[in-house]
Amino acid sequence: MSRHRKMRSIIFESDDMDDVYSHSVDDDAPISPTDANQWLYDRERGQQSMSSFIADHRNIVEEDEEQCDSHDSNRRNSESFEMPSLSDDDRTKLQSCIEEIRNVIGEAPVSERQLVETVLKHDFDFQKSLDEILNDMSQKAEPQVKNNEKKELIEKGIGSRLLDNFAKPSTNTPIIITPTSDRTNIRRGFELNSPQILSPATSGRNTPEISDEIRSTLMGHTLFDLGNVPQRVMHKYEQESRKLGKQSFVYAWVLDETGEERERGITMDVGSTRFETPSKIVTLLDAPGHRDFIPNMIYGATQADVALLVVDATRGEFETGFEQGGQTREHALLVRSLGISQLGVVVNKLDTVNWSKERFDEIVSKLKVFLRQAGFKEADINYIPCSGLTGENLVKPSTDAELISWYNGPTLIQVIDNFKMPERSIDKPFRMSISDIFKGTGSGFCVSGRVETGVMCTNDKILVCPSKEQAIVKGIAIDDASRTSAFAGDHVTVTLSSVDVNNISIGCILCDINNPIPMTQRIQIRIIVFNITIPITLGTPVLLHHQSLIEPAVILKLKAQLHKQTGEIVKKNPRCLGNNSCALVEIETTKVICIERYADCKELGRVTLRIAGVTVASGLVTKIMK
Amino acid sequence: MKLVDRSLVRGNAGSVTLIPEESEDMWHAFNIISEGDKVRATTIRKVQNETATGSSSSNRVRTMLTISVEAIDFDTQACVLRLKGRNVEENQFVKMGAYHTLDLELNRKFQLIKPEWDIICLERIEMACDVTQHADAAAIIMQEGLAHVCLIQQSMTLVRSKIDVNIPRKRKGQVAQHEKGLNKFYDAVIQGILRHINFDVVKCVLIGSPGFVKDQFFQYMMQQAMKTDKTFQVLLDNRSKFMLVHASSGFKHSLKEILQDPAVLSKMSDTKAAGEVKTLENFYSILQTEPAKAFYGKKHVMKAAEAQAIETLLISDSLFRCQNVALRKEYVNLVESVRDSGGEAKIFSSMHISGEQLSQLTGLAAILRFPMPELEDSDTEDNDDDDTDD
Repeated sequence: MSRHRKMRSIIFESDDMDDVYSHSVDDDAPISPTDANQWLYDRERGQQSMSSFIADHRNIVEEDEEQCDSHDSNRRNSESFEMPSLSDDDRTKLQSCIEEIRNVIGEAPVSERQLVETVLKHDFDFQKSLDEILNDMSQKAEPQVKNNEKKELIEKGIGSRLLDNFAKPSTNTPIIITPTSDRTNIRRGFELNSPQILSPATSGRNTPEISDEIRSTLMGHTLFDLGNVPQRVMHKYEQESRKLGKQSFVYAWVLDETGEERERGITMDVGSTRFETPSKIVTLLDAPGHRDFIPNMIYGATQADVALLVVDATRGEFETGFEQGGQTREHALLVRSLGISQLGVVVNKLDTVNWSKERFDEIVSKLKVFLRQAGFKEADINYIPCSGLTGENLVKPSTDAELISWYNGPTLIQVIDNFKMPERSIDKPFRMSISDIFKGTGSGFCVSGRVETGVMCTNDKILVCPSKEQAIVKGIAIDDASRTSAFAGDHVTVTLSSVDVNNISIGCILCDINNPIPMTQRIQIRIIVFNITIPITLGTPVLLHHQSLIEPAVILKLKAQLHKQTGEIVKKNPRCLGNNSCALVEIETTKVICIERYADCKELGRVTLRIAGVTVASGLVTKIMK
Repeated sequence: MKLVDRSLVRGNAGSVTLIPEESEDMWHAFNIISEGDKVRATTIRKVQNETATGSSSSNRVRTMLTISVEAIDFDTQACVLRLKGRNVEENQFVKMGAYHTLDLELNRKFQLIKPEWDIICLERIEMACDVTQHADAAAIIMQEGLAHVCLIQQSMTLVRSKIDVNIPRKRKGQVAQHEKGLNKFYDAVIQGILRHINFDVVKCVLIGSPGFVKDQFFQYMMQQAMKTDKTFQVLLDNRSKFMLVHASSGFKHSLKEILQDPAVLSKMSDTKAAGEVKTLENFYSILQTEPAKAFYGKKHVMKAAEAQAIETLLISDSLFRCQNVALRKEYVNLVESVRDSGGEAKIFSSMHISGEQLSQLTGLAAILRFPMPELEDSDTEDNDDDDTDD
C-alpha cells in the first residue's frame, strides 16, 4: 500500500511541476476590473447603490462647481496680490502647508484663497491653520449636514435593511426613518464604571456598555463632546463613513475599530477608551449587545464597576427588547448577577418621539418594576433622557426647549461622575485575569486584564495558573503610561518574561506565588436559573463563563433545590430545574480552571452558565472540590 | 460491513462471519462483541523457535486464531478495535490458553461466536450491513480562536481536529495584530479541512459559528482557494457542498444546534445523528411542559416500563456494553418489553453528541404515554435513602 502511495505522490509532484511551466497566462496577469467584477462579490453593489449614489453625486456636483469657481477667482487673486509678496522660501512653506491641509480635509469645499490666507495668518503653522479651517467648515456646514443626515437616514434605512443579516423584529413605518431600527432588537446596553482617584489607590473606572451602534454612537458622541476625539480624526471618520454611505455611524466608529464591525455596523468585541470627568478617570468598555456576542459582553461586564443600560425610546423598539426573552432583560439580569449594583439607564433616541415626557415616564415606570425584581436598589439607578445622534443632554445640559420644559436633572456625564466608587480588595493576595495576549513593542509579550485583588509591582515573581508557570513582571502599563505598580481595579497591560506564550491562554489567572489560586475541575455552585425553555437536568452540557474564560462543563449533580428568598432546601436531588428556580448544583469542567469561593473572593467567585447562546443561570461558587 | 455467513438462532448460541469495510464498522463490532465471546480471525503472531542446540530464533507468522475475549479496547481516533483473550483452539504456533491480542483489520473477515444472540446484537448487525444508510457529513464549528473539524457518520461523530489559536483582541491602533491572528487561524482551519475531509465521501460540509465568523471564514477560504495553486482546487470544486449555519459557540456540543437547524434537517433528516438530536430535544421539552410524562434514571424508567407506559425509550448503547451479563440482559428485556407494548425504543450512539448527553443523563430516559406523577412522589423517599449512603 505504502509503496503505491509513494508512487502516486511522486506523480503528483511532477504534475505540479508541469503546472508551473504550463501556467496559463491568466493566472499571472493581473485580472481586469471587468473580470474581477464578474467574479468578486461586492457588498456595496446593488444594495447601497441608490443611497450612496444620490448622496455622493450631490456632493460631487456641488463641490466641483464651487471648486472650479473658487479656483479661478482665487488663482487670479493670489497671483495678483499675494504670491508676489512672498519669498521663494515662504512660497514653498505655503505650498507644503496647503498640501497637508488638503490631505486632511479631502474634497471639502474650501477655497484656495481661504487656505492661503489662513496659513499666512498663522505664520505657516500647519496645526493652527488646520484647526481654524475645520472650525470654520463645521460652522458653515452644520445646517447643511443636518439636512444631509436626514436624507441619509432614510436611504440608509432601506439599503441596510437589505443588507441585514439578522432576523428583524416586525417592521413598521417609522422604523425607516431611524438609522438603526433595522438592526435586530438589541438596542440597549450598559456601561459599567469604576471611579479612579489618581494615587496609589488607583481604581480604574470602567464603563462597558452594551448594544449595537446606537450605543456606540451615543458613547462616541459623548467622547467627541468631551474633546477626547481630535477633530481631525472625527473628520476622517466622517469622510470615510460618507464614502460607505453610512454617515449616521460616524460616532460609532470612534469605538468600533475593525473593518468588520464598521462594515456591519455593529459592535462585536469590547472596545475600551478612557476619558475624564471632573472627579474621575473613566475607562469606557463598549461591549456588544447582539446575542452572538454576549460572551464578549460578559467579559466586559466582569471588568466593570457600574453599568449604563441604554434603551431605545422609539415606539415598538423598547417593547421588543423588553418583552419576555428580549435583550434588555437578559442584559440587566446578567449585569446584576455579575455583581454590578449601580446602574444608569439611558433613555436614548428621545428625539424621535419629540422629547415626549409621557414616553419617558412610561419607559421609566416599566423598567423600575423590572429592575427592582432583578435586585437593583432604587437609589442606585439613575434615568437620563438623551439622544446619541444629536448629542442632547450627553455632556452639556440640553438646549432643546421640549426637553428643558420637563427635565432639569443631570446630564449623562454628571451621572457617570456621581457614581460611587466600589470597595477595592487591595489587601487580599494578588489575582489578575488575562483577557488578551499580544506581542508588545519590545521583547517578551504582553497580557492585559484587570487586577481583581491585591497589588503587583514590576520585577515581581508571579504564578500563571492553571498552567502553574512562573513568570516575572517586566513592565506594567496603564493606558500606555508605564508604572511600577498596579492595584486592584486597575486595567493594566503587563509585560511578562521567562514564560512561554504557549503556556498562557485567555482566561488564565496571574496570582501571588506564595498564595496561589485554587485549581479544580469540580465545583459546587449556587445558581439562580433564568428564563429557560429547556430544563436543566444532570448531564446538561453548559458553557461556563468566568471572567474572560469560557469553558465547556457538564452538570454532574443537582444537589438541592433552594427557596429563592430564604435559601432553605425545598427539595433534595430534584429531577430537573425549571424557570426562575434556585438550586445547589455540582459541575465539572473539561479542563482544570482557576476559581475561588465567593466567600473568599467576590470578584472571582461568580460564574455564568450558558446553553446554545442563551444565559440559563448565574451562580456563586460555594465549594471547590478536588 | 458484509455478512458472509450466519448460523444462529435468536436467544441461542451461534456464529456469524463478518467483513468490516470501513472505520465505522469497527465501532459496530465494538458494540456487538462482548466479553466471553469467541472471535476467530487471522492475525500476526511472533513465534519463538528453539533449536536443539539451544539457540532461539523468532519470526512473525500470520495465522488463524480463535480467542475467548477478555478485554475490548476501542481507539476512537484511529478506529482500531483490539481484543485481548486466551487462545481456545490450539494450532502449530500457539498453545492452548496462551494470551493473544487480536487487532481486527479492515477487509479481513472474522468469525464471532456468541453463547447467546439477543435482539440488540442482531439489529446492530443488520444496521451495520445496510448500505443505504450512508450519509457522511462533515462539520466545522468555530468561533474566533477556536474550531472543531468533525466528521459525522451514521453512528459516530469524530472530532478530527481541534484548532485553538490565541487571537489578540482589537485595541487602539493595533487592529492589524488582530486581523493577522484571525487570518492565521483561518489558515489553520483550512488546513484542517483539507487534511481531514474527504470530499469524495462527504455529502455536505456544515460550517457553524456565532456572528459573522462563518461568512468571513468562507469568504476567506474561497479567496485563498482562488489565489493559490491546485491543492485548494478541491475546495472550489465542492463549493456547493458547503452550508453555513448558525451556532452559538465553537465548542463541540454546539454541533447539536447545527443539526437542529431546519435547513440542515431537511438535508440530513434521514441520518441517525439528526434523528437522535430531535428525540432528545423532544424529551427535554416534555420534561419542561409536562414533567410527569418524562422520566430518566433506571429506577423510574423501569417502573414506567412495568406499567407499560413508555411511548419512546431513549437508551444509550453504552449500557449494552456493560460487562455484567445480568445487567445487560435487563436492558435487553427492557427494550423488548417496550417494543412489545407498542412503544418505540431508540438506541442512541454514545459517539454522537446527543448520545454523550444521554449517557450523562444516566443513559436511560423515557417519554410516557400518560402522566405518572406517582413516580415523582415516590422518589423523595428513595432519595433520602440515597443521601444516607453519601
